[in-house]
Amino acid sequence: MASFNVLIAVALFYAVLLFVIAFAAERSAEKGRGGWLRSPLIYTLSLSIYCTAWTFYGAVGYAARSGLEFLTIYLGPTIVMIGWWWILRKLVRIGRSQRITSIADLVSSRFGKSTSLGVIVTLLMVLAATPYLALQLQSVTQSFAVFAAASGHQWEGQDLARVALWVAVGLAIFTILFGTRNLDANERHHGIVMAIAVEAVVKLFALVAVGVFVIWGVAGGPSQMIDMIDASPLSQWDQSTARWVGLTFLSGAAFLTLPRMFQVLVVENADEDHLRTASWAFPLYLLAMSLFVVPIAVVGLDLLSIGANPDLFVLTLPLSLGHNGLAMLSFLGGFSSATSMVIVATIALATMISNHIVTPIWLSSRGPGAVVSGDVRQLVIGARRLAIGGVLFLGYVYYRLSGGGAALAAIGLISFTGAVQVLPAMIGGIFWRGATRLGAIAGILVGLVVWLWTLFLPSFGPDAVIPVEVMYNGPFGLGFLRPEALFNITGMDRQIHAIMWSVTLNSIFFFFVSVLTFPRPLERLQGAQFVNVFEHSEGARAWTTSTAEAEDLLIMAQRILGSAEAQDLFLIEAQRQGKQGYLPEVTPDFVQVLERELAGSVGAATAHAMVGQFVQGASVSVEDLIAVADEAAQILEYSNRLEAKSAEQERTARQLREANEKLTALSIQKDAFLSQISHELRTPMTSIRAFSEILGEGGMTPDQLTRYSGIIHTEAVRLTRLLDDLLDLSVLENGQVTLNIQRGTVRDMLDRAVSAAAAGKAMTILRKLGDEALVLETDVDRLTQVFINLISNAQKYCDADRPVLRIDLHRASAGWVLDFTDNGSGIPKQSQQVIFEKFSRLTDHRKAGGAGLGLAICREIMVRLGGEISYLPGQGGAAFRVVLPGAH
Amino acid sequence: MVKAPAKLTFLERAGYRRRRMRDVARVLPLIGALLFCVPLLWPRKSPYGPGTADAMIYLFVVWSVLIGLNALLTRYLGQDADHKTETQ
Repeated sequence: MASFNVLIAVALFYAVLLFVIAFAAERSAEKGRGGWLRSPLIYTLSLSIYCTAWTFYGAVGYAARSGLEFLTIYLGPTIVMIGWWWILRKLVRIGRSQRITSIADLVSSRFGKSTSLGVIVTLLMVLAATPYLALQLQSVTQSFAVFAAASGHQWEGQDLARVALWVAVGLAIFTILFGTRNLDANERHHGIVMAIAVEAVVKLFALVAVGVFVIWGVAGGPSQMIDMIDASPLSQWDQSTARWVGLTFLSGAAFLTLPRMFQVLVVENADEDHLRTASWAFPLYLLAMSLFVVPIAVVGLDLLSIGANPDLFVLTLPLSLGHNGLAMLSFLGGFSSATSMVIVATIALATMISNHIVTPIWLSSRGPGAVVSGDVRQLVIGARRLAIGGVLFLGYVYYRLSGGGAALAAIGLISFTGAVQVLPAMIGGIFWRGATRLGAIAGILVGLVVWLWTLFLPSFGPDAVIPVEVMYNGPFGLGFLRPEALFNITGMDRQIHAIMWSVTLNSIFFFFVSVLTFPRPLERLQGAQFVNVFEHSEGARAWTTSTAEAEDLLIMAQRILGSAEAQDLFLIEAQRQGKQGYLPEVTPDFVQVLERELAGSVGAATAHAMVGQFVQGASVSVEDLIAVADEAAQILEYSNRLEAKSAEQERTARQLREANEKLTALSIQKDAFLSQISHELRTPMTSIRAFSEILGEGGMTPDQLTRYSGIIHTEAVRLTRLLDDLLDLSVLENGQVTLNIQRGTVRDMLDRAVSAAAAGKAMTILRKLGDEALVLETDVDRLTQVFINLISNAQKYCDADRPVLRIDLHRASAGWVLDFTDNGSGIPKQSQQVIFEKFSRLTDHRKAGGAGLGLAICREIMVRLGGEISYLPGQGGAAFRVVLPGAH
Repeated sequence: MVKAPAKLTFLERAGYRRRRMRDVARVLPLIGALLFCVPLLWPRKSPYGPGTADAMIYLFVVWSVLIGLNALLTRYLGQDADHKTETQ
């Protein structure tokens, strides 16, 4: 038989090992080498504090008593983890964005940073945790007792109590050492997380080892094991539906609301991505922990005496078969399960007590308006150390009072039911903006009272707190208030009765009080930020104006965050504002940032109250909220307007760019034209001068005389035409032209134009004569001039071998239009925009014969007539469209 | 000027597939809860009906399948680069 002293030595050695691991992790994190401490694996393992001594010892006992029902405790969390996309993802995001420090902080922060809610939730959680802590002490004590019995000492009550006390003291020391070393801005504890990760591995390994031993070492293999189960008292499937569903719900809900689970799930979460891994890895861990429970229970029932405590089968089975090493491992597994839970639970509770009870009391004791003095950090840390001791002491007291005899699972369920009372407020708070502070308070208080009355107080045993008389007849003879048969509904399972009534009444009160009350501005603000946490809304500010001095705020922040961190915070903000030194402008935004930082250390409610001391009377009001909403709407509208304006500017810029290109092209062409026109004027002038000189010399034949004077005449005509064109254009441009409005058909005009322009030229002109009866009321002569110009242009410039001009009259969206399309090579794109300008000329052909004024004149005429002429690109040749004016 | 991101009504194929995978992530726990309750429909205390061993095997198989599916699903959702700025 294993010597009891060896066991003590192993336990102590294991404890020292945990100290060393925690210490090393802390050191490593301090030196910035803690990257590996922040892996999804460590995160998943830290969640395993869900599997406490209740799992390690109690699950087997539970299975021995009630068959597969123990599985509900692991199926609930499995469903919650697999459904991480619904709730956990949102909780973790909120926890990070709002710097939540605990479940009480979450509820308090959501409902307007309410101090009273923080206090209520803290008290509820401390009460609910007490039986659970007692459970851990009881299981560790019992496991010691097993070894003591094995080495020949039968322990009495006093011995057990002494061990329980020592275990509690040891745990308190460890937790105080590593849980309150510093006031971390994010409430993260590297050393402790590492230690519980190691313990997670130890307990899984130990349970699996016992399971493997039982299946292959005792039963002889899986199939024999199944035969053993079939032959055991557990063989029949006889599961109560209500308990199966009710306990699955309870465990899933408690997984979210237990302070220690919230601590590891949300507060210690370093990266949202870890949740993704944990969402399947943690259910896998639970599965591995549960896999061997039924085999161990069945074999234990088979081999051990009837009176043996099934809660300790994991330990007594290897011991009775003489496997001391395995028993020792199993003991360490149970020890790990108990200690890791106690450590995290006490830290979580201590944080809540210091942030939501001690600090608010201390703040209010200083009276309104008093400036914070003294070292708040020391106060908070001191409060936490005391709270850790106090919570463990309460657990010890419960253990002593309850007699330490109850089944572990029964104790655990009491605790779960208490913690779950926060669920309606929590879920309502993160999904429903209509949830109010008063609703949450009402729901939690009602749930708390029902839980106390129906489950917690009766758990001390008959006559301990509630007299037997009341249990049977109700208080003051009011039968419908009997603790185990509320409203005279009897015959229900005690546990399910308590869960059903407490959660139902809690939810009903939460909902209806929320609906009937009106939230305060800060509640509405926080509600919007919680519910819409994924929408990245910057949200409204909790502070509107600020009368605080930056220096006062810095002094306060130093006392809470520590000098270096506070100075960094102020320095960064000052730099962001573009100021030198450590004192930024105290803007509402900065106050917001500061408050959030402080909330990471002392909780939202306390941080709000502390900042409020400096920023008096400037907290947010309903009007501010509405104003902010308006502002947001205005900003949206403004940005829309900006967008429209920028589009307009872009359009203008594009137009300017085009105009510039046009001007540049024109200026080049103008230069070209000047040389062209001087050339045009000089050439006829030169020939006129030369031939008139020859004529003046006389002595020519009449034949020569006729020829030379003919040349002079032709050149003079050319000059006149050029000058006519220039004059015509200038008259048109200056608007001095008088229009001679007449009625005429398009066909007549085109007939005139064709005969005038195309006489004797080799060009085919295709016309659709049918439509051309259209009557126009306009200046017929001027319009004909435009047609003549277009036709003669086509004749001059069309470079096809067999030039064809199509003239097509039809109706377009702009009205009646006349298209002139030839089959030449058309006008290159870069020239299309300048052809209607004066002096523009695409080629230097002498055959053009004009000075590049024709199309400019056409455009001026069309503008005067109220029509339009434009180049029609993409027709396979040069194409001009004339929008006809005055069509009937 | 950068245009404000508007909510898209239609997505390209990959984005659409990711949205549907999120739907699976939402539905999976409900399916799991239902499957875990199936043994409640089995006959009780019947010498010929399924016993505790059968229920145990059934539950652990369902459990494993759920874990496996969720592992695949979260891996897929992890490739989702925009999962931190998601819209519903």
